[in-house]
Amino acid sequence: MTAPRPLSPHLQIYRWQMSNTLSVLHRLTGIVLSLGSLVLCYWLVSIAEGPRAYSSAWRLLASPAGILALIGWTTAFFYHLLNGVRHLFWDLGRGFEATQRRASGWLVVGGSICLTFCLWAMIWHFKAV
Amino acid sequence: MAEFSLPANSRVNKDGRVFKAAANARNSRVFKIYRFDPDDTANPRLDSYEIDMDDCGPMVLDALIKIKNEIDPTLTFRRSCREGICGSCAMNIDGRNGLACVSACADVKGAVKIYPLPHMPVIKDLVPDLTHFYAQYASVKPWLQTRTPAPLAGERLQSKDDQAKVDGPSTCILCACCSTSCPSYWWNSERYLGPAALLAAYRWIVDSRDDATGERLDYLEDPFRLYRCHTIMNCTEACPKDLNPAKAIGQIKQMLAERQH
Repeated sequence: MTAPRPLSPHLQIYRWQMSNTLSVLHRLTGIVLSLGSLVLCYWLVSIAEGPRAYSSAWRLLASPAGILALIGWTTAFFYHLLNGVRHLFWDLGRGFEATQRRASGWLVVGGSICLTFCLWAMIWHFKAV
Repeated sequence: MAEFSLPANSRVNKDGRVFKAAANARNSRVFKIYRFDPDDTANPRLDSYEIDMDDCGPMVLDALIKIKNEIDPTLTFRRSCREGICGSCAMNIDGRNGLACVSACADVKGAVKIYPLPHMPVIKDLVPDLTHFYAQYASVKPWLQTRTPAPLAGERLQSKDDQAKVDGPSTCILCACCSTSCPSYWWNSERYLGPAALLAAYRWIVDSRDDATGERLDYLEDPFRLYRCHTIMNCTEACPKDLNPAKAIGQIKQMLAERQH
């Protein structure tokens, strides 16, 4: 009787390329978005609860840590949105060639950073924070 | 279900045996190679072989053969054609799947790390058990299925355009680089067919001479067999023949969607 065969290493050794990195990021940002939706619910409930609850929610979300989390959440939102559109194109049978995959990948990464920056510049501009 | 870590018997001991190059070697290079001996109860380990590249061919397979011939005859790997057409020497080189015979050592920075194809049962060293992979290939019935009688004179003909559709996918050499690079295949290989088998299925679906297109699509219309593909694209990145299994899978999904209407 020989011992069961070992399983060859996989995640531990596979190189992070654009293909698998952006795919993992899509999953991660999806998780971040669902956690963020709980925060959104908390904020909405605080409005319904009245001025005191709302002001404590406001203090929490407008604190430096809160703003950092919100910036992270909006980045995740734009990334997930743009990469979702990238997936829609693949489902239409387009964008499978190497140069197209590179270009659309960088477009998603650059676009999500750019849109997040624009959003927060706008928030800053209107002094909503 | 996804198991991200390796089972206890599969964890790799990083401090394996070390073989130094000869003292007069001027251009030495370290190869770190996954070793597993089925006759030993020990876990797999990573052995280091230092070889003189001035006295070795340019490809990773040349280095492996040199090691086997001159340093350690117990090193076990599959190889045959040494020109990228048999698919035997598929392995994980520097973190990517590829054929050792067409991967240049010069393309790797630092130590050359060589592992068997990922997430497969290991028979010995760099030799994975491909039984299940081949069974999945057989399950898509990779042969011509017809209902019409064969023409009395000659072969079943097709136009040049129809031939062009199968020219690409039929050059697949079944090396398993694509399927074993796919995280979906890692987590669900018992039910997901994987890029290689799906590319083969596509090759027969688009063949104008084949009459079983409907049955072929029926077989694939399944949450696991086909739809575990999440368009990660590692398969297409890995293919040593520059084929595009991800695109073929995308096209099968489209055919299934169009068939609904």
